[in-house]
Amino acid sequence: MCRSFAVYGFAVLTLLASPAPAADVSAAVAANFTRPAEELGAAFTARTGNTVTFSFGATGQLFTQISQGAPFEVFLAADAARPARVVAEGLGAEGSTFTYAIGRVVLYAPTLDLTDGAAVLAANAYQHLAIADPKTAPYGAAAVEVLARLGLSDAVAAKLVTGENISQTLQFIDSGNAELGFVALSQVIDKPSTQVWWVPAEDYPSILQDAVLTKVGEADPAARAFLEFLKGEEARAIIEKYGYAVGTGD
Amino acid sequence: MAGVNEIIQPVTLTLTLAFIVTALLLVIGTPISWWLSRSRSVWKAPVAAVVALPLVLPPTVLGFYLLLAFGPNGPGGPLAALWGARTLAFSFEGLVIASVLYSLPFMTQPLRTGFEAIGRDSLEAAATLGANRVDTFVRVVVPEARAGYLTGMVLTFAHTVGEFGVVLMIGGNIPGETKLVSMAIYDFVERLEWHKAHLLAGGMVLFAFVVITAVMLLDRRAGRVVG
Repeated sequence: MCRSFAVYGFAVLTLLASPAPAADVSAAVAANFTRPAEELGAAFTARTGNTVTFSFGATGQLFTQISQGAPFEVFLAADAARPARVVAEGLGAEGSTFTYAIGRVVLYAPTLDLTDGAAVLAANAYQHLAIADPKTAPYGAAAVEVLARLGLSDAVAAKLVTGENISQTLQFIDSGNAELGFVALSQVIDKPSTQVWWVPAEDYPSILQDAVLTKVGEADPAARAFLEFLKGEEARAIIEKYGYAVGTGD
Repeated sequence: MAGVNEIIQPVTLTLTLAFIVTALLLVIGTPISWWLSRSRSVWKAPVAAVVALPLVLPPTVLGFYLLLAFGPNGPGGPLAALWGARTLAFSFEGLVIASVLYSLPFMTQPLRTGFEAIGRDSLEAAATLGANRVDTFVRVVVPEARAGYLTGMVLTFAHTVGEFGVVLMIGGNIPGETKLVSMAIYDFVERLEWHKAHLLAGGMVLFAFVVITAVMLLDRRAGRVVG
């Protein structure tokens, strides 16, 4: 009896003490970055043996969770403001923020010809225009800005439906419930070009997507390694492949 | 004043939805519950199970299927075309349909229990006195099952008010159309406007407390009447 306890206790201690052969990084990631993040995670695992577990959501919602003690080690936001605030509120590692991707807003409509997207928008011959929540999702704010520059804010106000994040916005369009909407280029990179209208970059403020290492992640070498990996050539190629520009790495 | 409206509008909309859904479910739930309480058909168990499904399924399941069903490629498209729309999603009408489905068991379970408690004697006595089926229903069944009706109405109303997952998936969060209290709370929290979130969330806690207390009191009274 005593002996078996001792053996059991020893086994538990051994488990606790042995260095983990592969660490798991927990990352909170803005919904628009879902697909590249998954590929980046796989590439990171292939290179280091460490895995990354992603939690996708709206940047605002993820920030709220981090501010309430969610144990994310890495935060890949869809804007620069939230990671800066993570640091300012003492929840992130000083100096760890950097721009990992620069987002592009596009208009997407699976059933319309968007060769001239501005004209389609202005023609106003649709019932629902989907955007992400402009108060929490940077792509939503960018969409609102684009509509304002085109002078369509009032004309389409009654037709806007708001996805809780950019993934839901795409879901509204793909399910056919909204005819068109503003999403991230990365989400529709493999769609036929007539279904996607690239909004001129000067029509909206550039969407700098920043990453930050949280206080939780500061102690985890694997989390640091993942952020370093994001700055490397291999990662930048993946990020560009999905329709993002990449920053200077600072 | 936009700030006040941000609170008032979802509350009014939610209450309107809950009233409409409760009224519709009184009409829809009564025959279903009556059949479930009296039938000996082999279909009784499967039908009862279908009616009870929303109790068990995550709201996301219903939300996902409704999103597909409401769109132009589902039955919702042609239906919405009747009034010139393309889809039932993003509309108050869509929320009504979704809530009726989602809250169905909250009406039918108490009604069925109420109906089952009515003895054959009362019904036979009514028949002997020459009452037709409508008379019997209005004068015997409804009064005897009144606790079931009250509980069903309160629960349906409350459950509709508390709906979130389905609305999140099919609503599109349009102020004054599909932005219910639960959505508004979620938004306020996400935007870190916690003061407003507190106002609505605190109100919901109070509301839920009152509802549950009411149901418990109703149950006790019903117990006395039957026992």
